Amino acid sequence: MFDWRWDFVAEIMPRLLWATGNTLMAAGIGYVIALVLGLFLALGQRGSNRVLTTILREGIEFIRSTPLILQIFFVFYVGPQFGLVLSPWVAGMIAIGLHYSCYLSEVYRGGIESVPRGQWEAATALNMTRWQTYKQVIIPQSLPFALAGMGNYLVGIFKDTPMLSVIGVYELVHTANAIGSENYRFLEPYTLVGFIFLAISLPTAALVRLFEGRVRSKMGMN
Amino acid sequence: MQNLVGYPLELTGEDTPMVRFTNVRKSYGPLVVLDDLNLDVAEGEMVSIIGPSGSGKTTVLRMLMTLETINGGCIYVDGKPLTHMPKNDKLVLANTRYLRERRADIGMCFQHFNLFPHMTALQNCMEGPVQVLGLSKTEARERSEELLELVGMIDKKDQHPSRLSGGQQQRVAIARALAMRPKVMLFDEVTSALDPEVIGEVTNVIRALVSQHKLTMLMVTHQMGFARDISDRVCFFYGGKIEEQGPPADLFGNPQKERTQKFLSAVSEAI
Ligand SMILES: Nc1ncnc2c1ncn2[C@@H]1O[C@H](COP(=O)(O)OP(=O)(O)O)[C@@H](O)[C@H]1O
Ligand SMILES: [Mg+2]
Repeated sequence: MFDWRWDFVAEIMPRLLWATGNTLMAAGIGYVIALVLGLFLALGQRGSNRVLTTILREGIEFIRSTPLILQIFFVFYVGPQFGLVLSPWVAGMIAIGLHYSCYLSEVYRGGIESVPRGQWEAATALNMTRWQTYKQVIIPQSLPFALAGMGNYLVGIFKDTPMLSVIGVYELVHTANAIGSENYRFLEPYTLVGFIFLAISLPTAALVRLFEGRVRSKMGMN
Repeated sequence: MQNLVGYPLELTGEDTPMVRFTNVRKSYGPLVVLDDLNLDVAEGEMVSIIGPSGSGKTTVLRMLMTLETINGGCIYVDGKPLTHMPKNDKLVLANTRYLRERRADIGMCFQHFNLFPHMTALQNCMEGPVQVLGLSKTEARERSEELLELVGMIDKKDQHPSRLSGGQQQRVAIARALAMRPKVMLFDEVTSALDPEVIGEVTNVIRALVSQHKLTMLMVTHQMGFARDISDRVCFFYGGKIEEQGPPADLFGNPQKERTQKFLSAVSEAI
């Protein structure tokens, strides 16, 4: 019953490694979009424009409470009805980047709010602008608080990339499916994909913790 | 929008004060914290503010630093309105841009120092000059090192605040504020969070400032002896008003109001 075939493993490995590249690229691009967009969402929510803050807060809440897979479908299949025809990659990156930017904006917000009010006041007393204060004083100090959450979502986005397979992005799971149905063997491809995910997730999480410690000590925080 | 009628757009003349509070009112909801406050501080004058907790002392400084909005009246600094700006021959509430322009005249030190923990002592001092005044790194460093020298902290210039004692942090905070070359310096209970044995290092710095510089200073303090020593004038606050004010010798030696007498005897008993 349990017949593991090493020759099959050797045969499919190159294809899986190529797909690993795609998965990493999807996670990487999606994460960068989420990091940047999330910051704007966080700062926008803290702005003085009431209408904007309400729209942002409700929008973030909406995206956070609906499934990522639905958002991927939506961007890819409903987009064209509004004249927005996107390739699977572009649609996927928009959906996953937007989705995670909403989570990251909350991480940033928590980090920003953990900086004591006295820091804002000291910056005002030095006559710094709001933007200078964020850039030089608040964001650097919120980083140590935010890094843990940012790391969690880095691993999270990586593990969510298989959802892109539903619109045909050739990432790991999509490739494993294809290999399986071509050869009528699913054991090896699925097992290997599991190990590949594990082999990347675990060290990433450890690296993030290491980085967190270094940032803290560099900022004189311990 | 709170427009002011009958307030001068500018103060002129020989005896224009460096700071003027005109009928200033501040309230938090129903709580009136400053009630129709009038206070002039002359250029180069050192004014101490004393009074019981909750009497509005900190609020006076915070209003002047524009950390709080104003609910009535107007504050002038160096002859020009601070909380308001001229518009069509009237005074309207100052906008962000105007505030930034006028705030440059004022510096402040806080009870809990509020140094930037992720920067060294030197970087703390250079931050304002580089970011806000647009000085080059070299100029800012020169200016900052001079001031750290003045406050006796040059040896620790590359330390982060977490590695400094309270007294040392407060001295860096004073240097940081001075690096902006303000005309008016505000000290809000700068020794209250310090261990008794290091209070002297901070008061000595302030003493040096009083004797060497032409700075205008407002200082909230609970150290009566220090206030008596270095102030040109002492204001006793009670319930958001100046109950009594005068030269330190008079106010401490011969207080006229009953509340002042009670407060002073209560504090001297506490010591
Ligand atoms: N942000 C605030 N919200 C509500 N009440 C405040 C606030 N800041 C100060 N107060 C109140 O204003 C009064 C005066 O405060 P403060 O100026 O700090 O007094 P002092 O410095 O003389 O002890 C106090 O009753 C205080 O509780
Ligand atoms: Mg106070």
